[in-house]
Amino acid sequence: MSKPSGRVSTRGKSNKNLLLLLEEAQNKSGYLSQEVMSKIARSLGSPISEVYGVATFYSFLHLKPQGRNIIRICKSLPCFLSNSDMIISSVEREIGIRPGETTADGRFSFELTNCIGACDRAPAMMINSEVYGDLTPEKISGILRSFE
Amino acid sequence: MPEERVVLRNCQVIRPDRISTYLARDGFKALAKAREMTPDGVIEEIKTSGLRGRGGAGFPCGLKWELAKNARGDEKYVICNADEGEIGTFKDRYILENDPFTLIEAVAVAGYAIGAKRGYIYLRAEYHYLLGSLLKAIGQARKRDLLGGFDIDIREGAGAYVCGEESALMDSIEGKRGEVRYRPPFPPTRGLWGKPTIINNVETLMNIPQIILNGARWFSQMGTERSKGTKVFSVSGDVRKPGVYELVLGSLLRELVEDLAMAERVKMVQVGGATGRIIPYSMIDTPLSFETILGAGAITVFNESRDTIDIVHKTLEFLAEECCGKCAPGREGTGALVEILGRFSRGEGETRDIAVVEQLSQAMMLSSLCGLGQAAPTAVIDTLQHFRGDYENRLREEQGGVTA
Repeated sequence: MSKPSGRVSTRGKSNKNLLLLLEEAQNKSGYLSQEVMSKIARSLGSPISEVYGVATFYSFLHLKPQGRNIIRICKSLPCFLSNSDMIISSVEREIGIRPGETTADGRFSFELTNCIGACDRAPAMMINSEVYGDLTPEKISGILRSFE
Repeated sequence: MPEERVVLRNCQVIRPDRISTYLARDGFKALAKAREMTPDGVIEEIKTSGLRGRGGAGFPCGLKWELAKNARGDEKYVICNADEGEIGTFKDRYILENDPFTLIEAVAVAGYAIGAKRGYIYLRAEYHYLLGSLLKAIGQARKRDLLGGFDIDIREGAGAYVCGEESALMDSIEGKRGEVRYRPPFPPTRGLWGKPTIINNVETLMNIPQIILNGARWFSQMGTERSKGTKVFSVSGDVRKPGVYELVLGSLLRELVEDLAMAERVKMVQVGGATGRIIPYSMIDTPLSFETILGAGAITVFNESRDTIDIVHKTLEFLAEECCGKCAPGREGTGALVEILGRFSRGEGETRDIAVVEQLSQAMMLSSLCGLGQAAPTAVIDTLQHFRGDYENRLREEQGGVTA
């Protein structure tokens, strides 16, 4: 059983909690590079495999550089029933990339995600941490326009 | 049976950014009353009320608290599970958006009852936009010194459905991969950092202040013999009025789906999200209770135009993706089900596949490490029972199937 890691708060300054360290590092540089992960492993005295294991477990942690804005379209059943497929293709058309890719100008990364808890406003998507619901293909370009 | 507002009593009534509006609705009176009682007295009240966990498992809340209170250890923790990731569930989001104060008060009551000084709210990453208002609400309670010696921190998830499972959730707070733990020991004896811990769903906790203020007897008058109180449902899919509804337990599925959410031409209803039961329209008069069907209250409605195999295939794809991978039945079982269902969705099913699916499902239910793997085959088993023809229609032509 591991030892208590002491007082940790949300915007954690914990120097022992691996997940918090990874979240902090990602907030600084946008993604988790090999160098960053090695540094964290050394500071904890942990094997790099453990750091990599945590970094790849969580879908909000990224091992590749991300765009300035991350689009996450919900692909789960309630959104699917409300034609999320049409939203996915209109985002693809609008920014010219497929899920899992980042635009060449670094403006957007685009991924599909599981239920974001906005099923009452399906189909829905998140851009960064904002939720956009009751989407129609017509609304997409207007929404995306506001992101630099 | 009627709609009733116990959990949602303050939603759309108070202002979630102003504690004064909560105090004007008996806010923090339950905590004050609890502190005049002994911790045993508080636990007894919760036990007598019959409150069971609203996250899906239905474990008796008072019993959980009692186990943690009686566990040896000077450091104990209360965790509120706000990792609402079950497909089709958004009730906790609605609660957090509208009434963070009741939740904070309830966490403090739980802390008093079990002897904990610290509570955590584990908030899913997708709900990051709620963090600010939650922190503000905690700040306002602290500033007025309403929490006494108790303090509450928020810990954010990083995108992992399985972290809603309580032992994975604790590993995630500890900074690790959110993998499920072997049990026993159970969290009330050895939980977060090995210390006695209770983990309660947002909605479970929302009931606590009302039970303390109005008494166990008041609460237990609502509901059925083994399902007391109300349940908050998240209704979505093929309905005209999707949204959050609170009903007395024991209400009929039909009242929720047809009368309130105004669904038409219903083919089936998935109750409890990806790991939930699939109820055909012929059973729409089933009561919603722990004795029958409930889960965490996700209600996804499918009309007659929907394809059974599509629904089950998508459900299993989700579970395979979100399985933590620690145990073989969960990891390999969900993968195999996705592969077989994929064949059916392409009209390439084999007759023997159905027997394989049934055998595999049994193995997963018996031997998976956590609820995800144990309940993963539910959608397959239920649809094989109620919509077997939809599978048989997707067998290869030479096997007697009719390809679509």
